[in-house]
Amino acid sequence: MKIGYYPGCSLHATAKEFDLSTRAVCAAVGLELVEIEDWNCCGASAAHAISDDLAVGLAGRNLALAAQQGLDAVLAPCAACFGRLKYAAQHLAADGAELPAGLDARAAAGVRVHNILDALLHLAGLERIREAASKPLAGLRPAAYYGCLLVRPPQVAEFDDPENPTSMEQILGAVGAEPVEWYHRLECCGASLAVTNTPSAVRLVAEILGAAKAAGADCVAVACPMCQTNLDTRQAAAAARLGETLDLPIVYITELLGLAFGITPNRLGLGRHIVDAMRLARSS
Amino acid sequence: MRFPRSDGSPVADLTFAEAVAARSGENIAACYQCAKCTAGCPLAPDMDLAPNQVLRCVQLGMRDTVLASSGIWLCTTCATCATRCPRDIDLARVMDTLRAMALESGVTPAQPQTPLFYRLFLGLVRRGGRLNEVPLMAAYGLLTRNPFKDLLLGQKMFVKGKLNPIAPKVRDIAQVREIFAISEKSTTKTQRHEVKGS
Amino acid sequence: MRRVGVFVCWCGSNIAKTVDVAKVVAEAAKLPGVVYATDYKYMCSEPGQKMIQAAIQEHHLDAVVVSSCSPTLHESTFQRCIADAGLNPYVFQMANIREQCSWVHSDRDLATAKALDQTAIAVGTATKGRPLARSEVPITKRALVIGAGIAGIQAALDLAEAGYPVTVVERQPSIGGRMAQFDKTFPTMDCAACILTPKMVDAAKHPNITLLTWSEVEKVAGYVGNFEVAIRKRARSVNAEKCIGCGVCEEKCPSKVTSEFDAGLGTRKAIFRPFPQAVPNVPVIDRDHCRHFQTGKCGVCAKVCPAEAVDYDQGDELLSERFGAIVVATGCDLYDPARMTEYGGGRFADIITGAQFERLVNVGGPTEGHIVRLSDHQAPKTVVFIQCVGSRDDTKGYPYCSKVCCMYTAKHATLVKEKLPGCEVYVFYMDIRAAGKGYEEFVRRAQEDLGVKYLRGRVSRIYPAGDQLRVKGADSLAGVAVEIDADLVVLATALRARDDVAAVARMLNIQTDQYGFFTEAHPKLRPVENIFAGIYLAGACQYPRDIPDTVAAASAVAGKVCGLFARDSILSEAKISEVNAARCSGCLTCKEICPYDAIEAEIITDRITREERTVAKVNEAVCQGCGACVAACRAAALNLRGFTDEQILAGMEALCRE
Repeated sequence: MKIGYYPGCSLHATAKEFDLSTRAVCAAVGLELVEIEDWNCCGASAAHAISDDLAVGLAGRNLALAAQQGLDAVLAPCAACFGRLKYAAQHLAADGAELPAGLDARAAAGVRVHNILDALLHLAGLERIREAASKPLAGLRPAAYYGCLLVRPPQVAEFDDPENPTSMEQILGAVGAEPVEWYHRLECCGASLAVTNTPSAVRLVAEILGAAKAAGADCVAVACPMCQTNLDTRQAAAAARLGETLDLPIVYITELLGLAFGITPNRLGLGRHIVDAMRLARSS
Repeated sequence: MRFPRSDGSPVADLTFAEAVAARSGENIAACYQCAKCTAGCPLAPDMDLAPNQVLRCVQLGMRDTVLASSGIWLCTTCATCATRCPRDIDLARVMDTLRAMALESGVTPAQPQTPLFYRLFLGLVRRGGRLNEVPLMAAYGLLTRNPFKDLLLGQKMFVKGKLNPIAPKVRDIAQVREIFAISEKSTTKTQRHEVKGS
Repeated sequence: MRRVGVFVCWCGSNIAKTVDVAKVVAEAAKLPGVVYATDYKYMCSEPGQKMIQAAIQEHHLDAVVVSSCSPTLHESTFQRCIADAGLNPYVFQMANIREQCSWVHSDRDLATAKALDQTAIAVGTATKGRPLARSEVPITKRALVIGAGIAGIQAALDLAEAGYPVTVVERQPSIGGRMAQFDKTFPTMDCAACILTPKMVDAAKHPNITLLTWSEVEKVAGYVGNFEVAIRKRARSVNAEKCIGCGVCEEKCPSKVTSEFDAGLGTRKAIFRPFPQAVPNVPVIDRDHCRHFQTGKCGVCAKVCPAEAVDYDQGDELLSERFGAIVVATGCDLYDPARMTEYGGGRFADIITGAQFERLVNVGGPTEGHIVRLSDHQAPKTVVFIQCVGSRDDTKGYPYCSKVCCMYTAKHATLVKEKLPGCEVYVFYMDIRAAGKGYEEFVRRAQEDLGVKYLRGRVSRIYPAGDQLRVKGADSLAGVAVEIDADLVVLATALRARDDVAAVARMLNIQTDQYGFFTEAHPKLRPVENIFAGIYLAGACQYPRDIPDTVAAASAVAGKVCGLFARDSILSEAKISEVNAARCSGCLTCKEICPYDAIEAEIITDRITREERTVAKVNEAVCQGCGACVAACRAAALNLRGFTDEQILAGMEALCRE
């Protein structure tokens, strides 16, 4: 099936491996991605933090473009982009908003927005995923880390249980992995505070990774570029704060799926991580 | 209502609560200060005003205190508070509103580097339609007088192909700039309505 | 031709300030049927009433209209007044020119015109009125009490002592209700069993009380003074006459079932008494979990019973009884903590509810009164109590306050400090509601003398951290987030209406509020009565309440029932429906619509065709005069006495006069 694709700024740069692995995995489960033409930055945290109108406008343009290009649904792998696009769709419908001429706000409001877990679970389906897993990830014990924006706030995300989600565990289970039971799956990673208030973010990263390690995880599965960046690039500082070794690869769920589907690590971008993730390809 | 102090008694701005309620679309008066928001906020330990105190100060019309607090800038909008509030108040949305009002008011932000970061981010989006981290981090480092912050990290990321030195541009950049213009000229700001879950 | 007298009241300045009373009187005097019209400052006062009575005599009035305040306030006053002067009280009509006119308008001309219109309608209605009578309905002086918790027990005892036979129906195998599950009661720390069991035994022994436990009320028909009730005595599978209460059957039974009495913490057998002091002290077999009934195997209890009292062939007994009054004391249930996912969702053994803690600390409970963690049976060193779980919660629970949790949490905290002196105890609260005799002092003692740390704030989440539970809370007063690693967490869960309230309410004609609690006739002035006469409410089935409040309500109900039973008969309503059989087609739509079951089918012999046919018949004792049947009848065969179609039309004609 065809679906619109909104990579967002990070998937073309710091989260390149998310883009690569998502495309590879979607192809393998029959989801044809059609990148929205001329998409712009959704505004991420910066826009909504200082101007609600700007946030709805920037995100809304992408939905209007999708509608123009005949796409009635869009996959936004980045959790923040997902949240912003959904928020815009809801408010374009509820309050109306002034968009530049040539952009149809009504049509934009009607575009359905999916995050990667939603797309895998409900558009592709666990059966398809199971079938495609020619090299199951037996023995892998990932800590499924949802972060904030995939499930919160519940009236925006409208996805899974905001206190006890299971979508990631279901998907990982379908490819043979054994996700660990741990209790920091929904704790905030600090987001852009990693830049503006680094010590606060390092504290949060340390709590999350410390808990994952204590639960016996051998890697952390994520579905958000901000979370991936923070847990990966700030891991050394977090380890120093905890006074213990962490050494946890932080991988996108699509990278793990890609490995299970037998796709080569380079095609998935597995070599681009700060904390080495290639070892997961070797061990599988 | 006044708050007597030795250095002058500020008067409560009781219209502030209504203004925040109208603009955010949230029922500020419903908050009974249970502090479940503070209990679950990951950044509460670092804030000068805890989340429940921010809302309390709004209720009491302590406008300057709220807009000058660090709490509103340390909030990552993780929405844990919104998810658990027993009065169904989306405090994360209220925080967004307070941030916008703080910048409009001209009060010096308690954490100036945060709105600076957001402004640089949006400046780049206005220029090219999409974000490029390289000039963002460079400008940020320079303006916060910390040009070597995360330089080593940036180097590592560049080597791994995670940084794009050339920014791809949106073709219809005029349309993107028009969105910025629309948001700026709106003086009353669109009143958002609550969209409670389906 | 009618001789109507019109009396317009000033009500001091309440009416006269806005309505030109003199003008109303002058115009009213001209209305057809009016032979006398006057005004007075306070019509309901003694001189006012005497004036009406004098006018009735002098002008030979046969109908009276008073234009004053609301009928809810003074209709009965004026009806009594004219009855004393020899008129039938139902030839009286009232126009409310205060609440419905002078109090809601400011334009004098318009208000006066409206008051005159209102008066004209009342006059028109009065001209077509007839004298009405109320019939006497005999009362069966037996009471039914549904539910045998402390409320039911108290009501039954009070009624029995007053000399009336009482039947108590209880769904559980024993009477005692929730109070039997408690350990100590606040604020006196009386042992609950010690104060309850004597009452239970009194109830069992009282010659006027019949206890039907393991029984259910299935159907209720009839009306005040004459309820026909169907009761199912479920089969205990034990012959109560032969059973000697030795308990050997329970001991030897191989089946184990989660114990409801222990709030899910312990187990019981398939043949069981819920607790050792059960009344009656006769076990029942829970056939759903009994091996004999499920698989045909076992039969151990029958073999070991020294009295040969086990009777697998025992069947349910269906009783049909008549009662004059029904007391509903069915109690309430508790919030399911699994709904609060952020507090563990019911998945962790060391996060328990207040009800479970009550069983833990009770010497008859699953740990013989030792406060221990359920995971490893170790005594806790840090206990955290969380109040308002599911209460005062718009999103995951109920908006209301459950009233008793502040007090029982203070009680629990006190018990921990007494039994485990070195233990750290924390209580997370939002407000302390301790408005009772000795209540505030009790809570303060826990805080000041016993060192229980009270933190003002809700908890955001609880999760396992090693062997302990990490509680992430806050103190709003200091404005800080707090973290406590607890060994045991106790959630004070909300009190809520039972799951089957809708069915019970339908059966008994009780209204429920949006939460399922039974609604009383008036929240302030009629707190123990139902709007439907003869049914009374007592206890937690109305709203969360503590023991003193419950016992007071139960005794109040007993008083009300005694008031009913003090007479031999009651008067029915006068303004009730009547059927014109000649017009009635027998469709019986009215019967379906009647909320009081006051209409029956009747076979009559048609006067013209001489054939038998069905028509509707109104039971004059039950009909409350709501008028729903009158509105529904397509043939206009039904009319409401005192408010007939003819009266309404006459009122409308008067309104539309030139």
